[in-house]
Formats: sequence, C-alpha cells, structure tokens
Amino acid sequence: MLGITAFIALLLMAGGIAAQAPPLPPGREGLPVEPALPPGLGSPAGPQKATAPLRPALPFVLAGFGEARLGLRTQEDPHEKDVSLGEVRVQVQLEKAWERVTARLSSDFLFDAVLDRHAVDLEAGEGAVDLREAHLLLRPVAFLDVKVGRQILTWGTGDLVFINDLFPKDFNALFLGRDPEYLKAPSDALKLSLFTPVVNLDVVYTPRFDPDRFLDGRRLSFFNPQLGRRAGRDAVMQVDRPAAWFVDSELAWRVYRTVAGYELALYGYRGFWKSPVGFDPATARATFPPLAVYGASVRGAVAGGIGYLEVGYYDSEDDRRGDDPLVPNRELRLLLGHERELRRNLTVGVQYFLQRMLQHEAFRRTLPPGSPDPGAYRHLLTVRLTQLLWQQTLRLSLFAFYSPSDADAYLRPRAHYALNDHWSVELGANLFVGAKAHTFFGQLSDNSNLYAGVRYSF
Amino acid sequence: MTTRLFLASILAAGLLLALPGWTAAQARDGQPAVETIVEKTNCVAYYQGKDGRALVSMVISDAQGRTRQRQFTILRWDDEPAAAPPDSVCGEQKYYVYFHRPADVRRTVFLVWKHVAKDDDRWLYLPALDLVKRIAASDERTSFVGSHFFYEDVSGRSIAEDTHELVQTTDHYYVLRNVPKNPESVEFVAFTMWVHRQSFLPVRVVYYDRQGEPYRVYEALKVDRIQGYPTVTQARMRDQRLGGETVITYERVQYNLGLPESLFSERYLRHPPREYLR
Repeated sequence: MLGITAFIALLLMAGGIAAQAPPLPPGREGLPVEPALPPGLGSPAGPQKATAPLRPALPFVLAGFGEARLGLRTQEDPHEKDVSLGEVRVQVQLEKAWERVTARLSSDFLFDAVLDRHAVDLEAGEGAVDLREAHLLLRPVAFLDVKVGRQILTWGTGDLVFINDLFPKDFNALFLGRDPEYLKAPSDALKLSLFTPVVNLDVVYTPRFDPDRFLDGRRLSFFNPQLGRRAGRDAVMQVDRPAAWFVDSELAWRVYRTVAGYELALYGYRGFWKSPVGFDPATARATFPPLAVYGASVRGAVAGGIGYLEVGYYDSEDDRRGDDPLVPNRELRLLLGHERELRRNLTVGVQYFLQRMLQHEAFRRTLPPGSPDPGAYRHLLTVRLTQLLWQQTLRLSLFAFYSPSDADAYLRPRAHYALNDHWSVELGANLFVGAKAHTFFGQLSDNSNLYAGVRYSF
Repeated sequence: MTTRLFLASILAAGLLLALPGWTAAQARDGQPAVETIVEKTNCVAYYQGKDGRALVSMVISDAQGRTRQRQFTILRWDDEPAAAPPDSVCGEQKYYVYFHRPADVRRTVFLVWKHVAKDDDRWLYLPALDLVKRIAASDERTSFVGSHFFYEDVSGRSIAEDTHELVQTTDHYYVLRNVPKNPESVEFVAFTMWVHRQSFLPVRVVYYDRQGEPYRVYEALKVDRIQGYPTVTQARMRDQRLGGETVITYERVQYNLGLPESLFSERYLRHPPREYLR
C-alpha cells in the first residue's frame, strides 16, 4: 500500500516538474506558466507555527552510537594474532547545560575480542570502559572559558601529522582501523581560554602526564631496538611512565589571532615525549624523556584552497648535546600543506613534513654498533583524496604517506556509506610498505590489515 | 563590489528575506529597469535586519522515495548597519550553522565568513576530535549537506555571473531570464525566476539544460510575516537529474537579535552559544 502511494507520489512529482514549465526553445522557456502565489503571499500571512522540541523531553541530552568492527591481517605476523580488530562498542553521551555551565559525559562500553586482558584501566583506556569525556565547560567571566576534566584536545594545522599538538593520540586506533575520532585520546586537564581584542590565549595544564596510547606490542608488531628485530606479543614493551601528580605534569599553551582571514598561532609545550622513545638500561624499561616544544603556524586561503605552514623546535632536555643514544636528539620539524577542491566533490590535500635531527653527528658517533641510523633528515609526503558520491552518502577516501628518506609508505583507503540517518557501514585498509624493518612505517609491515564496520547512531 | 542575486536561497529564503514594509517596494507604475529588480531582489533578500536566526529542517527524498533529515540552526550577522538602504552595495556577512541532526553530525558546526570580492572563509568544527578544520572554498554548485540545494543556493550567486532580461511582467510577478556569462562553469544554460512584485520574493526558479528542458525547480511553498518581514518558511527544490527533492522548513525565525560579531569565531566553534541555539 505504501509502495503504491509512494509510486503515485513519484509520478505526480515527475509529472509536476514537467507540467510547471513545458519544454520550449531556449529564450522562451516557461513564459506562459505562472506559479500560484504561495500561502502567505498576497493573502495575509498566518502566525508562525509552534515548533516541536528538538529532543525528547529528557532533563539532559542523550546521544551516541553502537558499532561492531572486524579487522584481519592481510599477511601472517609471527608476533600477533590474525584478527587485528574484533570489537563491539557502545558510546553513550550525556550533556546538560545550565546558564553558565555545561556538563558533558561520554563513555564507551566495549567488548574487545582480540585482547586477552579485560581489566578496566580508565587512565590508559583499557578494558570494557573507555571514558572519553567527563568535563565541565564554564564561562565565569565574559573573556574566559574554562574546561576542566577529561577532554579531547586538538590544535595545530596538520592532517594526521602533528607538530605542536602534543595532546595524547592513539596510534593503535589509527593503524587498526577504528573510527578516525579515536586517533585522539583524552587528557585529564584544565584548559583556560582567554579572549582579548588583540590575541587569544589557551593554557592547558595536565597535572599528571597523559602519554599517547602508544604501540606496545600487544596489538601491533614493530621494531624493538633492544632486540634488533620486529617484536609484538612476544616482547610487550615495559615502560616507566612519569606518574607523580603535580610533579610529572604537562603545560601547553597557544597564543593566536586571525589577521585578514589568516590564522596565526604561537605554541609552547613542556612535558615529556608522548611515546616511550627513551630507554633506561638499569630497569630495562622504555621511558618518556622530558621534552619542551616551541612552534608557530599560519593557515589561510592560498591558490584557490587552504594553505598552511607549521614549524616546531623539539628540545629534548635530557640530551641537549645529542650524544645520549638512549634519549632522542633535539629536532626541528616543519610541515607545509595545501588542500583544495580539484573538481566538484573531489578534494585533494597534500603535505610535506620534514623532521631534522639537530645533532646527528653526535648521535651517529654514540650509536651502539649494529643499531640502525635513521639519518639526519626524515622527509614525508602525504596525499589525501576524498570523493563524495551519491548525494554525499558515499565517501571514498585515500590517505597515503610516503617517505623517500625511509623508503616506506602507509596507505589508508576507506569507503564509508550512510545507509540512512542512523545506519552506516564502512570498509577500509591500513597498508604498510617498506623494505627495512626499522623505519617508521616499514616496521609495521606485518600489520597490514583490512577492516569493516557497521554503526548505528542515535 | 559584487552584489548577489537571490536564487532559491536557503539562507535568504529563511532568514534574510525581509522588507521594511509589505508594500515598500511597489513598482506598479512605470517599469523598473531589470538591474533594479535584480539588485533589489538580491540586496533586500540578503541584508534586511542586522542579523537573524532560524531552525532549519531539510527532508531529502531520493528518487526511490527514501528520506533523510537534516536539522540545524543558522545564525547570521551582517557587517552593514541595518539602516543600509536596499539599493546600497551590501557588505560582508558571517554565518554560524550548528547541526542537530542526523545523530552522527550532532554538534558539528560550520562557520562561514562570506566575502563580496573574494572566496569565502570556511571552517568546520568536528567535536569528537575537538578539531577546527579550515575548509577549502568549493565549487558553488556542489550539494549543501547532501541535499538538492547547492552552496550557491545557500550563499547566493553573484549578479555579475549572469546576464538578466525582464521577459514579462504579470499581475504578480516580474519574470526574469538569466543566462550565465560563463556557461562552462555551470550545468544549466539559463534559469527563469518569478519574482513577486510586491515583496521581491522569488516564488519559482526553473533551470534549463542544453536541450532547453527544465530539470531543476525551486518553489517557495509558504510565506510568513515575521517581525514585519515577509519570510519564506517552506520551500522545495526538485532536481530531475538527481531524482527526488528537498523540502526545507524554517522555524523559530527571528530577526535583529543583537548577535555579537565575536560569536562567529573559533571560540564559539569549541563552545557553542547555547542561548542562541535552543
């Protein structure tokens, strides 16, 4: 019955268009066909009708999604399971706004079939509960916003490449094929945002160091410099995390303003390398050496698209001379990017990223024999292609990293289709290519995977 | 220096279309020049009231009759003071679009600084990542949020892009035929507008393809008078090439709220102004 009604409606619709203005030679189209005045024109307009409420009558906003994801390695990995991803997840978001305060809670409840341990660790985001957000957003005075609690933080200009954004990231989520929103891990922090007519200032204080959700071998295999080979579940990384409250803290700030459409920003950070890139031979554990970063960025309209430039100086405070092989050297990092629409519904973004080790000579001199030398310069090129199809319900994208200096690459093809306003499905892959076992993407080559997911949003 | 022609516009129809008085633009005696009609339609359409707000709902139906919904609040701010006469060259504008539906884009914000002489500045805020993304200017004839309306229908098409001819004046309408100066840049060869003579509201716009066939039709379905301004509160866009149609409805329309310009900034992307979004 519904089908017939819809069919008739369609017929009427199709007929309607034709009837409104019959085909005529160019220049004389539609002349005799005059539309009737719509209600409200010519006759007195009625009052605006009352509106249905935006949301069901709950005392708070309730939203979220449920999803299932499955991923498989495309090759055997001697150190990891064949199933790279197998999880069911429900995210529940609660939000309540008062006049000057908004409270927000967002938590994932998940079953992860790949991991062997399911104990909940809220700090590391492990186990059946992953608390993503739990914060208050306040405006105590007109020129100040305060956000306190567990929150996701992002700033800077790069696309999947970060210089001055030293907030925690989850590289497992990225490489395993979770939704892109999981690239960002939460911080337990206080964020003060000060707004003045001249510049704006953000200060983020994290009383206890929040590291990345780094690769530790449980899910992804990678090069272990101590073993001199790729390792995974056979040698799960043991780390010493700086964890003293108010001592092992992080401070990040940003000063920014927009001038004639160009966004200018200065950044600073004092804390620790976000992933365990140091090593302590006494404990045989990986460490997070102290780090300070100073940088700047500019972003704006360039050549029919958006251009951006970001630079950062990484001051590895425990290895200023560069001769400690167990602590990273100081670095300069630079990112240049451009994004534009190539044609209707097809967007192309390109980036060039440079990482320069500042005391490579000292590094090389003190490098233990047999250890690989990454070189003084790491060059990285990225391309992102995004094509929207079928009235933007189908999104095809490809993100490709290629490093000529490391001779490795990482490809992220992805297809996302919205079946309707609630259901969506996606298919994707994470493909790592590289000749050498120790380069950034090359070390991950046993982890190449395909994944599929289905999500219901509410 | 460009002014923009009002074309089946979402924003214009919902928010901006407003006249100081119902009959202020009457031109029954003596035919106004076509430029006057075009400019009046555009300027009056886009710059009445010094700001505005609407809760916008879109029902997008595809060729199979399946529907999708979009719901968002639009806030608009004009650089020009409200007292600017309709014939003046209209200034820059800022738009803040906060999405309520569908669920997967809830809390996403789209910010546009609309410029008259260069590409617009656009930002997108993705709340799950706390990411303020700058977006490249796109082809103006790209679908807006997957609907049958184009960005150009939303933000206006420059008058300078078409030649205009007044082909007929009826009791109710000025009928304008518009031909693009650069036909390669668009998918139509001409479009015809029925502009309501008293209100300067476009009531129907029909786009024609190279065979002279109509394939895309905009219609104003309902007009309400809000704070003295006649405002299109429901409209429809049908597109035979895509199949299906989008019906757009405006609710809670309000003008002259006294929106501060500072609201159209990164601060309010990250911290939405709830008092204006309810």
